[in-house]
Amino acid sequence: MTAANMKKIIILGAASGIALEVQRKLACQGCQLLLVARSSQRLSEIQADLAARGAQKVMTYSADLASVQQHAAVFDFARRTLPDFDTVLLAYGSMHDQKDSETSVDTLLEELQVNFVSASAILTLFAGDLERRRTGCLAAITSVAGDRGRRSNYVYGSAKGALSLFLQGLRSRLHPAGVRVITIKPGPVQTPMTDHLPNAARFADPQQVARDIVRALERRSPDVLYTPKIWRYVMTVVQQIPETIFKRLSF
Amino acid sequence: MPDILRAAAPGSLLPYGLGRSYGDSCLNAGRELIDCCRLNRILGFDESTGMLRCESGVSLSDILDVFLPKGWFLPVTPGTRFVTVGGAIANDVHGKNHHCAGTFGAHVRQIGLHRSNDGLVICNSNSEDNPDMLRATIGGLGLTGVIAWADIQLKRVAGPWIDAESIPFESLDNFLDLSRESNDRFEYTVAWLDCFAGKNPRGIFFRGNHAAKSGKEFHPKRGPKLPFALPAWMLNLYSVRAFNTAYYKFHASRRGAAVVPYDSFFYPLDSIRQWNLLYGKQGFLQYQCVIPETNVAAVEELLDRIARSGMGSFLGVLKQFGSAPPAGMLSFPRPGLTIALDFAMRGEPTLRLMQSLDEIVQQSGGALYPAKDARMSPALFEASFPRWRGFVPYIDPKMSSSFWRRVTGAQ
Repeated sequence: MTAANMKKIIILGAASGIALEVQRKLACQGCQLLLVARSSQRLSEIQADLAARGAQKVMTYSADLASVQQHAAVFDFARRTLPDFDTVLLAYGSMHDQKDSETSVDTLLEELQVNFVSASAILTLFAGDLERRRTGCLAAITSVAGDRGRRSNYVYGSAKGALSLFLQGLRSRLHPAGVRVITIKPGPVQTPMTDHLPNAARFADPQQVARDIVRALERRSPDVLYTPKIWRYVMTVVQQIPETIFKRLSF
Repeated sequence: MPDILRAAAPGSLLPYGLGRSYGDSCLNAGRELIDCCRLNRILGFDESTGMLRCESGVSLSDILDVFLPKGWFLPVTPGTRFVTVGGAIANDVHGKNHHCAGTFGAHVRQIGLHRSNDGLVICNSNSEDNPDMLRATIGGLGLTGVIAWADIQLKRVAGPWIDAESIPFESLDNFLDLSRESNDRFEYTVAWLDCFAGKNPRGIFFRGNHAAKSGKEFHPKRGPKLPFALPAWMLNLYSVRAFNTAYYKFHASRRGAAVVPYDSFFYPLDSIRQWNLLYGKQGFLQYQCVIPETNVAAVEELLDRIARSGMGSFLGVLKQFGSAPPAGMLSFPRPGLTIALDFAMRGEPTLRLMQSLDEIVQQSGGALYPAKDARMSPALFEASFPRWRGFVPYIDPKMSSSFWRRVTGAQ
């Protein structure tokens, strides 16, 4: 698939740090975009930026995707305004301080709700539509944190890990229909979501991550994208560490 | 942003972009920096006039990526594309076209400036709206406030290709003849210099114009990345000398005209990411000065001292500035010859050499470039920018920088 026929894209969580950069690249390629995010003011600012960069057609819809009740309206709007969409990118997520999720069940549930429950719910709506039309691509941003439960970040990690498993199954289900499912696993990236973490200045550049994502959307492979690429190798090693040792590691 | 500025203590803040200033003009030791890189939206573009409005954290690289395919180029570009618009204004950067286009600031029509006391102030170059504040902010080292957005006049080009020529030269006179002869016919001129050659430096003179045809399609390549700092001993007198000789011979043997992509013409160093690690963990100091053209003897003396010290490196650049009036109150470029050289940091001997170069610059009526400096004395700053006190009233009371405190004694 080339950029030329990858034209109509829905982005769920369009104000996320990674989505912002992905949209800019897609806009410059002449894609039509439907952006969904919470704040209508943010959406109109993003729209103006993309228009100045030469975007052909950018539509927006404001909704809180963490709330499953709002999903039907989002899906309806998408089918009315961009009925033959071919790509859906789920880019929203939240990362609370791990300590808060350990002491507050409400925070824990919210983390799971945003990163897994609501994400799998809305992907199910769009998956059904693409499956019926036997075309297109579903992509979702999970995280390398979902590859192994770590002391310092296991709540966020388990939600993203669950989403990765969900995508794995969905990929297999949609394969006969010719619908592609891409699991995007970024390492730590410099975005507003990670600003509170130590060493945030050393994290990956969102522009580089966006470049990898856009390339993955254009091609047939891979099914699972690690970005930056080094994380594929890092996580291969991390996953091999025996649990008896791993449980003693504090990272 | 207004909230951040209001809440801050006096003299505690400095806006920070991509950090490509070589010295401490982009640092604020023990105090705070405002990371402006996420102020990176493009706010508007007029396709009929080429006027771009963008936030200050947009990089020149972003502008090229978005607008070069549409036939627009930067009015002025420094030797790296990885600087922000805010940084380009705050240092009033110059490029290979200084002799005909002046500095970056000369192409900034209007800015929105966050000031801690006055909120967002609109400054325009040719109206009643705070033209003095604009002149202070251009070259103002980030001290006048945080630039929110700027209107920049882009330049129409046919495509990404440059008609380039390279010509070897073997003396300073030779260089000056080439430069004077080329400045009328070529938009871009610059020379690479072998700094081991002494008074009569050999070098390669590069000149070029935007190609008139759009040419074949252009695919930017991403270069390799230097993964870690090289051991300091790898850059020594012999290896650098060998490099310089090879570089000279290579270009001398290929003298003549060629059509080259814009990125290799303007940004040869950007092709190796993290090239600064070449200099090892100790890093390097850069020395960029300008010396009045009437004082060629001073340039010769400078080159002679560097050659005799044996400490020069492979990045020597020589360019004749034009006579455009400065766009900012503290703009560095002025008529004369500018020389930029890297010196691997070897402690005391490196600093001593640079001090001896300072003497020549000061006596000749020249100046040092704040964006490249980490060590000039207050006296040399005074000599370089005798009117700096006229700039002080425009400084935002919440802003300060390591550089400013070092050269002016401000608190």
